[in-house]
Amino acid sequence: MLSTMTNLLETTILYSTPLILAALGGLFSERSGVINIGLEGLMTIGAFTSAVVAINTGSPWIGLLAGIVAGILLALIHAVATVTFNADQTVSGVAINFLAAGLAVYLVKALYDGAGQTPVVESKFTDLAIPVLKDIPLIGDPLFNTSPITYIALILVFVSYFVLYRTPFGMRLRAVGEHPHATETAGVSVVKMRYVAVLISGALAAIGGATLSTSIGSEFSATTVAGQGFIAIAALIFGKWKPFGVLGAAAFFGFSVALSLTGQVWGLTEYVPSEILTMLPYVLTILALAGFVGRANAPAAIGKLYERGSR
Amino acid sequence: MIGKLNRNSTLLSSIISIILGMLVGAIAMLLSGYDPISAYGALFSSVFGSASDMGETLRTITPLIFAGLAVALAFRTGMFNIGVEGQLVIGSLAAAFVGLKLELPPVLHAIVALVVGALAGAIWALIPGLLKAIRGVHEVIVCIMMNWIALFLSNYMVGKVLSNNSDSTEKIHPSASIRVDFLTDMFDGARVHLGLILAILTTIFVYVLLFRTKLGYELRAVGLNPDASEYAGMSVKRNIILSMMISGGIAGLAGAVELLGTSEYLAINPSLPGTGFDGIAVALLGANTPIGVVLSSMLFGGLFNGGSNMQYVAEVPFEVIRIVFAAIILFVAANFVKQLGNRKNRKKKGEKASA
Repeated sequence: MLSTMTNLLETTILYSTPLILAALGGLFSERSGVINIGLEGLMTIGAFTSAVVAINTGSPWIGLLAGIVAGILLALIHAVATVTFNADQTVSGVAINFLAAGLAVYLVKALYDGAGQTPVVESKFTDLAIPVLKDIPLIGDPLFNTSPITYIALILVFVSYFVLYRTPFGMRLRAVGEHPHATETAGVSVVKMRYVAVLISGALAAIGGATLSTSIGSEFSATTVAGQGFIAIAALIFGKWKPFGVLGAAAFFGFSVALSLTGQVWGLTEYVPSEILTMLPYVLTILALAGFVGRANAPAAIGKLYERGSR
Repeated sequence: MIGKLNRNSTLLSSIISIILGMLVGAIAMLLSGYDPISAYGALFSSVFGSASDMGETLRTITPLIFAGLAVALAFRTGMFNIGVEGQLVIGSLAAAFVGLKLELPPVLHAIVALVVGALAGAIWALIPGLLKAIRGVHEVIVCIMMNWIALFLSNYMVGKVLSNNSDSTEKIHPSASIRVDFLTDMFDGARVHLGLILAILTTIFVYVLLFRTKLGYELRAVGLNPDASEYAGMSVKRNIILSMMISGGIAGLAGAVELLGTSEYLAINPSLPGTGFDGIAVALLGANTPIGVVLSSMLFGGLFNGGSNMQYVAEVPFEVIRIVFAAIILFVAANFVKQLGNRKNRKKKGEKASA
């Protein structure tokens, strides 16, 4: 029983990590007023790039950096389309998803003689044990002897909170997402803030993607990301567009995945089919949006195109 | 007159966007060492190459028309139905249910399956429609969630209800199939089916509904200006719900048609089929008009089907077509061509003013 509990916790943490990162990415973008349906695509490009670079350099860290660069570049397209050219943010996000899925699988086939997936990433992230803490019974091993990206993700939750709520930059970013015209009048460039926010979201989502291909899994294929970017959007909403809310929501969604996986061991799936458990995050998000599980209010200026001088 | 000019420039900028998209694909191929000319050659030669190629192209176009119409119709009422994907999955599931579990005489069986598929899609779309109308919840997010719920529900039903823990169901009863011999023979064995004819009928239906009926007028009015429509005595809520249901019904029909005509069985899927998302691109390029949807379906259907042949003949991975597709959407969405023109004009004006 104790070992299954530990197992459950470990799996929860494993599956929460990419969600935390991608949802934090979405948080920056959406707080500045730019919807990011493209999280899925940004994760895909991050997962692909970091896997290929890790294979070729033998270092998952260099792979991660390359993945971040790729995520930023793809997010730049979203920023140019939505902020500079005033494209519909949802349409552009959908296109980003198409572009990433197409590009990544195309390049895998071009690089590896038409294969559907990359070779195995031999040099993936290995668990990093934190002395003393790892010896805490029950929670020590899953929490403090885990992938370095998990620590990064947790640290980034605090960093995001600090940046968004305790720095002038964060205050401006949030203001741009609520009242862009007033903020512009106060001397803040809406365009610049939104560019920066969207690029940050590309970087964070790409780290989330890298987790999938070089930490949890060890290859990249067309099904590596498989909807995680969309669950991240759900986590963002369920977490009410707040860093610690996102952490809680991602952990909860990770838990429901863990439950559907370890549930089979317990025989729980005899009573509740695993598909129903997998559905849970999505159903809860709808209920949250509908106001049945607390109210989820989006940033006021989200999705609205911004023109200087208009009201 | 001005309207006509605008329409022409929309068409022109669409065509330029398509050409730019193809150029992006060519650059991607050049950079990775493929020959774009022979690749595009293989693509185009296969679109209408033989009767069987043409039939497969038509089969690829069919669901795109439905999905594009569904997105376009909702869009006219100001609703972004990104949930066509899930409504389509549910339509397939419902049609499979009827096709497998009911025993009815031919023709009637197919009709019942199609109607049930459309109804299921409409009900699936009702949820985001209701939440938008009553509680003001943004439909995009609800639709995305509904897509995944549909996928898991379908997978569960295939595994546990429609089969015995298998990855796919049996074939549907022949009485429910909408494949017909004369079409299959005409196109040399291609899987083209009656869905194509239904797609054309649906196009006409959407055109008549939107532009020749009172309801269509209201739907469009609400899309153009909800406040003015409400003031004029129309119910915005009612129109939003109706628009989503009709849109979902068309999407459900698409799913039913695909199941009863193309695959004839339902399988467990790790991810969503993608047709609904394609429909967004189709509607966008088709400027949300029924005829535009048909034209852009022909373009994308041709690209997709030709793309598989390109992979086979020129050995260029099919996914380059996805890159072309994404690039076209981005160019159209950003209204790239027009905005570049505007910028140039503004610059010229600015120069004149300063001079």
